[in-house]
Amino acid sequence: MTKADIIERVCEEVGGFSKKEAADVVEVVFELMKNTLAEGEKIKISGFGNFVVRAKNPRPGRNPQTGVQITIDARRVLTFKPSNVLKAALNA
Amino acid sequence: MTKSELIERVSEAAKLTKGKAELVVGTIFGAMTEAMVRGEGIEIRGFGSFTVRQYKSYEGRNPRTGGSVHVKPKRLPFFKVGKELRARVNLSTAPLVEDDGDDVEVQERKTAAPKPVAAAPAAAKPRPAPKLREEHLSEDEI
Repeated sequence: MTKADIIERVCEEVGGFSKKEAADVVEVVFELMKNTLAEGEKIKISGFGNFVVRAKNPRPGRNPQTGVQITIDARRVLTFKPSNVLKAALNA
Repeated sequence: MTKSELIERVSEAAKLTKGKAELVVGTIFGAMTEAMVRGEGIEIRGFGSFTVRQYKSYEGRNPRTGGSVHVKPKRLPFFKVGKELRARVNLSTAPLVEDDGDDVEVQERKTAAPKPVAAAPAAAKPRPAPKLREEHLSEDEI
């Protein structure tokens, strides 16, 4: 499934949108989500899951190709925790 | 941000009624859920992709009692963050918001001075070994 499929579904299920309008509104939804996460704020979608930004401490690592020891810098990562509803739906 | 807050912001940004914005957001996550139920992956450029991973049954442990537990085979969704979003999340220096983003909290966050990533608060603690878990629980894990 790609964004195009989602746009089509929005077109079919929500009345009154042209293809272009549906594309625009789907774009708005993902842009808003991206901006929120980029600000370090988590997103909780009930029935789907939570997108959470986590801070990682620096840690020692190795280049697996050369074996050279390096430090992996502190960074922020995005994790997704599926809701119990979604997990249940996948295993029904 | 919760789903209802997302709906509110969508309705403002796209100049839609709340009801219509709710339908749009519901349709998006509904369609994504259905795709994963079918075992289908989802790819949203710039955001990330979802795949369904099949796990075999295994003998797990109850971390509290140490007792052995049989875990049945299961399917779980797996999210891989997209390049663009991964970079943006990592570059941001805004303090992490652990709250659901109610108005007061959002206000504070917007006015707070940005902190370097390295100085991020307790939440940055590495995942502790199971035994030590309680002593090391960071705020967002409680």
